[in-house]
Amino acid sequence: MTTTPSTRSTGFGRVLIVVYGLLALAATGRSFYQIASEYDAAPFAYTLSALAAVVYIVATIALVKKGDVWYRVAWFTIGFELLGVLVIGTLSIFDPELFTSKTVWSFYGRGYAFVPLVLPIVGMVWLYLRRPRA
Amino acid sequence: MIEWFTFAQVGVAIIAGLLAIALGLGKRKPDDITLGATALVGVLLVIQLVVAIVSPAFGNSATGNLLEFYTYLVTAVLIPPFAIVWGLVDRTRWATVVLGVACLAVAVMVYRMYQIWFVQVA
Repeated sequence: MTTTPSTRSTGFGRVLIVVYGLLALAATGRSFYQIASEYDAAPFAYTLSALAAVVYIVATIALVKKGDVWYRVAWFTIGFELLGVLVIGTLSIFDPELFTSKTVWSFYGRGYAFVPLVLPIVGMVWLYLRRPRA
Repeated sequence: MIEWFTFAQVGVAIIAGLLAIALGLGKRKPDDITLGATALVGVLLVIQLVVAIVSPAFGNSATGNLLEFYTYLVTAVLIPPFAIVWGLVDRTRWATVVLGVACLAVAVMVYRMYQIWFVQVA
């Protein structure tokens, strides 16, 4: 048994943090490659990839850090991800022209086994369960 | 890249990953089995890196983009050591699950590397 008060970074939260970290790594790797090799081909999609990568990195840090401010940052970034995957996922289906190249969020994250779609929901449930006591 | 070696590597990573997740959910702390399996996944990646560097000299070159291939490979090589350090520091069952997740991520990335090297889809 642990005597420290429960935070976002204990128990199952640790697995969540690692999955977020891996997704951050995957998004960063992809956007590095896209921007380094063929930025001109699809500037919008690639800028979006880079933005997604940054948001995943911030979300990972916010899950690790303690305190109310980071708790809000975690909600904001995870909410942004859910919004991103829903908006970009829908746009990529109805207007494929806009997304000739892939982003993590295209087609609801199909290229990443739908992890980008499921993860924010799991993250929000986790944040709710581990909300700071008033 | 050698086809049979790559498939063997994906197989080992999937087995190691599922095993560690199962043992972790079974409340096992990281032990010699799960840490060892993750270490094996890491060693196979280093061998894959050497194979990838050497094989073009033997007429076995990637059909796809080399930069993309190495972005995956270098990232993948970093994952098992991080997971192992995590498993040694964080002595809870969740660290065992972390080892498993890391191995599965490596399996996916090696499969993507296989696609880039052998099959050019896009």
